[in-house]
Amino acid sequence: MNGFRSRLVSLTRKEFRQLLRDRSNLAIGILLPMVLILIFGYGMSLDVKNAPVAVVMEDASPTAHEAIAGLQLSPTIAPILLGSMHDAEALMQERKVDGIVRVPADFSRALAAGNARVQLIVHGSDAGRASIIKAYVSGALAQAGVRQADRNGNAAGAPPAGSVAIEQRMWFNAANTSTWYLVPGLIVLIMTLVGAFLTALVMAREWERGTLEALFVTPVRPVEILLAKIIPYFAVGMLGLTLCLLSARYLFAVPMYGSLLVVVFSSMLYLIVAVSLGLVISSVTRNQFLASQVALIATFMPSMMLSGFLFDLRNVPTAVRVVGHLLPATYFMDLIKTLFLAGDVWPLIWRNCAILLAYAVGLLLVARAVTRKSLD
Amino acid sequence: MIDFLMRIANLCRKELLTILKDPATRAILVAPALLQSLVFGYGATYDLTNVPYALLDQSRNGASSELIAHLDSTGVFHRVATLRSQADIREVIDTEQALLVLQIPANFEQQLSAGQTTTIQLILDARNSNTAGSAAGYVSAVVERYNAELRARAGAPPSPLVIESRAWFNPNLETRWNLLPGMIAALSMLQTLLLTALSVAREREQGTFDQLLVTPMSPLEIMIGKALPPVLVGLVQSSLILLVALFWFRIPMAGSLLTLYTGLVFFTVASVGIGLSISAVSANMQQAMLYAFVLLMPLMLLSGLTTPVRNMPHALQVATLANPLRFAIDLVQRVYLEGVGLGTVWHNLIPLAVIAAITLPLAAWLFRNRLV
Repeated sequence: MNGFRSRLVSLTRKEFRQLLRDRSNLAIGILLPMVLILIFGYGMSLDVKNAPVAVVMEDASPTAHEAIAGLQLSPTIAPILLGSMHDAEALMQERKVDGIVRVPADFSRALAAGNARVQLIVHGSDAGRASIIKAYVSGALAQAGVRQADRNGNAAGAPPAGSVAIEQRMWFNAANTSTWYLVPGLIVLIMTLVGAFLTALVMAREWERGTLEALFVTPVRPVEILLAKIIPYFAVGMLGLTLCLLSARYLFAVPMYGSLLVVVFSSMLYLIVAVSLGLVISSVTRNQFLASQVALIATFMPSMMLSGFLFDLRNVPTAVRVVGHLLPATYFMDLIKTLFLAGDVWPLIWRNCAILLAYAVGLLLVARAVTRKSLD
Repeated sequence: MIDFLMRIANLCRKELLTILKDPATRAILVAPALLQSLVFGYGATYDLTNVPYALLDQSRNGASSELIAHLDSTGVFHRVATLRSQADIREVIDTEQALLVLQIPANFEQQLSAGQTTTIQLILDARNSNTAGSAAGYVSAVVERYNAELRARAGAPPSPLVIESRAWFNPNLETRWNLLPGMIAALSMLQTLLLTALSVAREREQGTFDQLLVTPMSPLEIMIGKALPPVLVGLVQSSLILLVALFWFRIPMAGSLLTLYTGLVFFTVASVGIGLSISAVSANMQQAMLYAFVLLMPLMLLSGLTTPVRNMPHALQVATLANPLRFAIDLVQRVYLEGVGLGTVWHNLIPLAVIAAITLPLAAWLFRNRLV
């Protein structure tokens, strides 16, 4: 037991030195998380705010202006009044506006007669954005239509019709801003990056150069080698986590309703999963280029695209959902978002932590198995 | 001149052999591009197809059943729970059983039959504010249709205003249509840049680069010989993703292949230039890869692939001017979806050419003047 401890301590010290000696390791461990925090916090936004929309008023009557009044004061779109469709189409071709609302010349006459038409064209090059703009403009114009109908109806003495209004409450994201879920999601990305990518790369290098075989002839056991590899990268990952938590709190004012203890504990659990995954990848590929590519493709890209970070997993085809649910990142993403925005939801915490624990144990066993095999 | 070309051709041949001789490397250059374009093509969608919801009907007399029938008939909304009291809302939302809860007030029917406006509550799980926003939009559209029906039944005049909406370039507003053309550029850059970053660094690490330097080849020739093979690899990868977009997802291409490939050649050369410069600065493969990666992440995130450039703060928008991927994605999307010609997108080629004109000579210079 004593031998185990002294061997582990000296091996870990060697790993730490190796890690700190090369500036590029620090670049990925510290610089990249900081850059990502700034990009995610300030640069990325999925919110549609002040989207420019051309409003072509071929009918300049007060009635027509009243109909589009609902578009003027909205935070979602910023209407640009134009006289001709030609100008609007030119702006659209140059992608200067996201959509065109066209009020035709006979609008007020047709409105009185009960068959007015308004044309709405959206720029489909960003489908998500276009859908939001389409829904918003349609909603605002429909309300104007109903108001006009009531006016026509009152004049004709028709009975009032009942209607349903919606009062909408956004739980967990009162500010309705994508920053609130992008920044917690970033913790998952950084853990994956440091854990899987950096670890895979460093370990693969030892395989490729044969320095790992050199270690095998010393009295150290594979478990000790693995532990000594895990500890430094675990430390770098925790540093990344600290940076994320501090900036989430003080830079972007993202609330954290769950307890910090659970956040830190579950992050540690996921970090072990990510590091073990990196170790497995490097032991299987034993080549730096392959290891980096596999780590990128098996861990980083899917945790960005398939973990529910950007796209809701409930709404993707079954096959993709299955792939998403195979990724440990999906469970951590679910957990961290809930912990930040909803609070300590224990059934969800137990379930996801149990799954992550299973992944951690399983991957560590696999890592041990593939590392031991090479000894003979 | 013949010698010059011969030397370059030989170096290219050697480089291609290095890249392609290992079956695992060959596989990693083809399989991920195909796999990712398929998986992300299906997975990357902001459209809602399955929204689980819970109902809290305080009117308790089934008056709301008509409205609910409208909701269920969309095929998007599925009721997963029927709640008894407001206290139950928290649990179904917290545990993610339901994305939204619809609360019908006790006086729903009375108010409607009296010709008044009744207010229903819509409680959304906004842990992902984007999904919640879309779901809210879907519910309002359903409620609007229901209101129109109520008016018709009450004999009130229908709305005199009809909105005819259309979407240019992407008639059904499918996210996939924007994403796949973007990935033609993004996915190939991911691998070409890493591949190039390794090419010089590998020879440095193995000591063969010094041997290359003492051959009769000039730094210019080495640079061209090192740059051409990854450009080819990058173009092949782009073509693979293009084929997936065209023939698997059947996204119609509006523009010309010639324009598309002109843009892609400029873009791939610029990416390779960046990769070679990284490679020339790095002391070993590990450094090269880490530097490449540190650079790749911001390039991908600030390219407009996942979130629009226009939503970024001004300072970051300026920073994207140095990002080749930003211009490539703009160019590919516009040529692919909008069908514009070179006359419209030529301005995207200038920054790409500038990036290539800086990075390639820099790499060639760095071959001889080592910084490390």
